[in-house]
Amino acid sequence: MTVTDTTEAVLAYDDVVAAYDPVLGLEVHVELNTATKMFCGCPTGFGAEPNTQVCPVCLGLPGALPVLNARGLESAIRIGLALNCEIATWCRFARKNYFYPDMPKNFQTSQYDEPIAFNGFLDVELDDGSTFRVEIERAHMEEDTGKSTHVGGSTGRIHGADHSLVDYNRAGIPLIEIVTKPVEGAGERAPEIARAYVSALRDLLRALGVSDVRMEQGSLRCDANLSLRAKVPGTAPGSAEQRAVPLGTRSETKNVNSLRSVERAVRYEMTRHAARLAAGLRIVQETRHWHEDTGITTSGREKSDAEDYRYFPEPDLVPMSPDPAWVDELRGTLPEPPPQRRRRLQADWGFADLEMRDLVNAGAVELVEATVAAGAAPAAARKWWSGELARRANADGVELAAMPVTPAQVAALQGLVDAGTLTDSLARQVLEGVLAGEGEPADVVESRGLRVVSDDGALGAAVDQAIADNPDVADKVRSGKVAAVGALVGAVMKQMRGQADAAKVKALLTERLAPADSTTDVTTS
Amino acid sequence: MTGTTLPADLTRATAAGLAQALAAREVSAVEVAQAHLDRIAAVDGTRDADGVATGKAVHAFLHVCAENALADAKAVDDARAAGQTLPVLAGVPIAVKDVMATRGLPTTCGSRILQGWVPPYDATVVANIRAARMVVLGKTNMDEFAMGSSTEHSAYGPTRNPWDLDRIPGGSGGGSAASLAAFETPLATGTDTGGSIRQPASVTGTVGVKPTYGAVSRYGLVALASSLDQAGPCARTVLDTALLHQVMAGHDPMDSTSLTGEYPDVVAAARAGATGSLDGVTVGVVRELSGDGYQAGVLRRFEESLAVLTEAGAKVVEVSCPSFAVALAAYYLILPSEASSNLAKFDAMRYGLRVEPGGVAAPTAEQVMGATRAAGFGDEVKRRIILGTYALSSGYYDAYYGSAQKVRTLIQRDFAAAFGQADVLVSPTSPTTAFPLGDKLENPLAMYLQDVATIPANLAGVPGMSLPSGLADEDGLPVGLQILAPAGADDRLYRVGGALEAILTARWGGSVLDRVPDLSAALATAANGATR
Repeated sequence: MTVTDTTEAVLAYDDVVAAYDPVLGLEVHVELNTATKMFCGCPTGFGAEPNTQVCPVCLGLPGALPVLNARGLESAIRIGLALNCEIATWCRFARKNYFYPDMPKNFQTSQYDEPIAFNGFLDVELDDGSTFRVEIERAHMEEDTGKSTHVGGSTGRIHGADHSLVDYNRAGIPLIEIVTKPVEGAGERAPEIARAYVSALRDLLRALGVSDVRMEQGSLRCDANLSLRAKVPGTAPGSAEQRAVPLGTRSETKNVNSLRSVERAVRYEMTRHAARLAAGLRIVQETRHWHEDTGITTSGREKSDAEDYRYFPEPDLVPMSPDPAWVDELRGTLPEPPPQRRRRLQADWGFADLEMRDLVNAGAVELVEATVAAGAAPAAARKWWSGELARRANADGVELAAMPVTPAQVAALQGLVDAGTLTDSLARQVLEGVLAGEGEPADVVESRGLRVVSDDGALGAAVDQAIADNPDVADKVRSGKVAAVGALVGAVMKQMRGQADAAKVKALLTERLAPADSTTDVTTS
Repeated sequence: MTGTTLPADLTRATAAGLAQALAAREVSAVEVAQAHLDRIAAVDGTRDADGVATGKAVHAFLHVCAENALADAKAVDDARAAGQTLPVLAGVPIAVKDVMATRGLPTTCGSRILQGWVPPYDATVVANIRAARMVVLGKTNMDEFAMGSSTEHSAYGPTRNPWDLDRIPGGSGGGSAASLAAFETPLATGTDTGGSIRQPASVTGTVGVKPTYGAVSRYGLVALASSLDQAGPCARTVLDTALLHQVMAGHDPMDSTSLTGEYPDVVAAARAGATGSLDGVTVGVVRELSGDGYQAGVLRRFEESLAVLTEAGAKVVEVSCPSFAVALAAYYLILPSEASSNLAKFDAMRYGLRVEPGGVAAPTAEQVMGATRAAGFGDEVKRRIILGTYALSSGYYDAYYGSAQKVRTLIQRDFAAAFGQADVLVSPTSPTTAFPLGDKLENPLAMYLQDVATIPANLAGVPGMSLPSGLADEDGLPVGLQILAPAGADDRLYRVGGALEAILTARWGGSVLDRVPDLSAALATAANGATR
């Protein structure tokens, strides 16, 4: 088949939701953060030299056999429990057979009709504070494939490429695939719900500590299925009459690598489907490829129901029957659900909704929590993480949590500000030193000499010097134009190289330039 | 310990005898290895640059590693000279079936598609053999990917039966069995998915055991049908087989289906059996595994064996396993299904053969895969891949693979019932003696029927042994007796087999293999025929 990269017609969003009812299906692949691969002892670290984290098993060499990573099973069960799923009392792996060069065995060891976890749900908080329940069909274990890089083509895709390179470091990394039931009743909020679901899932997985959940590194990947059906006039999106309408043909959009992309891709597909349906064209059941830059999807391979993976139970692995006592034990290790935890922290910290949401979106809740635990006031901790540090992380293109500063250091820094040792501006310079690896905040204060000067003699001399250097300004102040003192404060601060308390400088200046008959006690600050 | 007496020709010695003489330093491992390498050079024949057998000879080996073997043997001698105590079989030669991954030695599985592949790792079985300080002589021929009962499906030409060079040595492990019958090695390894150890043993007059599923690690055996494959020992005597069994078996954390827990002492069982007494043992004769379709001479030897077992004190009863009638059918659904998936990895992308399709300027990966698999697999392999792909197809799975698995359960129940009545079961191993090369090549079903008596054990995971019960009257060729035991009771095979062997060899005045025709004469005739 040929690939069309031409832009397809789309319908205006308002028109789409007026005429059609969208149904979503979200498949999320999560790479577990186990130390070793799913079926062998190879390390799983990201970014190693290609084909250096491989062995006969994950290369699928003739004769090699898989052995299940117990930690992988444990993570799968914990994920299932956190998603309110039933845990299988007996289940197996299955082989999914198809040929592709990045699959060492030309079958993927996965689970088919016997998943480890099934029948769950995840309650998703939306922007307006309401909750939408997404039902979970199943969560199953499988192994990742190798990673293909197509060289020589313009698009980085296989079509038109000159040759392809395969890195098998990724082959055999444990994956959990989480599949929703058809998400009905989303209506015009379908794009938002898709994004909010993936976001909620990401928070949950992060709280479980089972994955790095880095969408940009592919440790969390989302495939968004979408279909439209005719809207039943005069009924709500989730009404029984609406649900009775058969589902339309779906498309499956891949390569959706950020939360924003999930929302945009679903929205785009809704408008594309609607335009086709409105024009009397059929929807092709196919895989679509999302393009972040242009904001559209293009056709991938056609995925008909005729595709046959010839599943059968994996004979090289024994069936699993997790001990119920163990499952109960794992249930006891589940973290507080992230939304609940957020509400609790928000109340404890006294943050406004918007402030809290910024922290959540920045992935800074845990960091603020740790900073508060280390002694900082919540407001100050929030200011550092969603202000200066978020700005620097953004500029450096790294995750906030990856910044080379610990919550304890941020708390210590704030402690120096609170003690009057540093001004805010000096504290930012100290932070710079900490980020540059110059040591603890106190060390940087010493080594860079950034302490606030509290020596009244030096400060007094600088004040006198500023008055002497700017006689015109000084006269203005003396004549009652108090606002003019700002310029003198600036001059003093410049002379002190910032290492002075601006309020104290202002007080000293005002005192010295006060009219002789003034009775105002200006020394109080 | 007093000195042992080894035959002047070291290749006629048993592994047990060699082990004892080596330990006593009456003979060196280098001498033993050299004797066997010389024998291989004399009888095994030659291969062309492409690895294909040339001329009429045994052709049991696909690859002989003389230098490695002599170096390993020398290391054993040096260790013994330095006073080290070594494992029992240290210095005893062994041939390894080419389905087992051997680090640094070619491993082809008798297929073109793996020509030139040298594994970077050892199968656990091979690692066990090396840890036992045994001397690997080389890799033995087999039907391609162990699919066949004659070695005629090897891409490198068939192995010939030392009893008659115009006949098949059985399969798939015909190379290992022929190497024993030709006295090229005292021990060999095999794998048995439906009879590939037992049927070759039967038609070459040697001994072979398929252990309980999971008793020997499958790690490093190139898989045919994962749920049926089981590696096991091949030798010329019951005791030698037990000695090798002991080395090969054991729990392996690299194989999820490997058994944990106690393994029976098969060597002790073989020695106990050799006393010739089977008092208190009940032997069940499986009604469904004899009669129609079995060669008269085979049945006669079988009846004789039953009489011997009775003589030894065993009680012989008849048992019925009605589901065995559909075992072959179930097997030929399960095996191709699993094989079609197991063989998918041979795609030219990472190792082995790579064939570029003709007439295509810039072939896609898919086209290269297709061309390679078309050129690299033989007809029988393709036949089974097609069968298996079909059987696993959506909509057919339940009818084929699903029902076959149900049959498997029925067969397991039949075995359970039979073992409720008897300690071991017996039958002829193979319905016929060795048939002429080419006889069944055009008739796959006739070939498949060779395994009718051996397949039930694989489907149920129970252990089985084949050992010689004499020569058929009509053709003078070896006949095998099969003994089956419950899962985990592999020692019973050795106890009963040991007793039968002791009584029969005493009656014959020696091993049945003493009557293998003089190969050098046969080879000379063949050579004359070629020059005439």
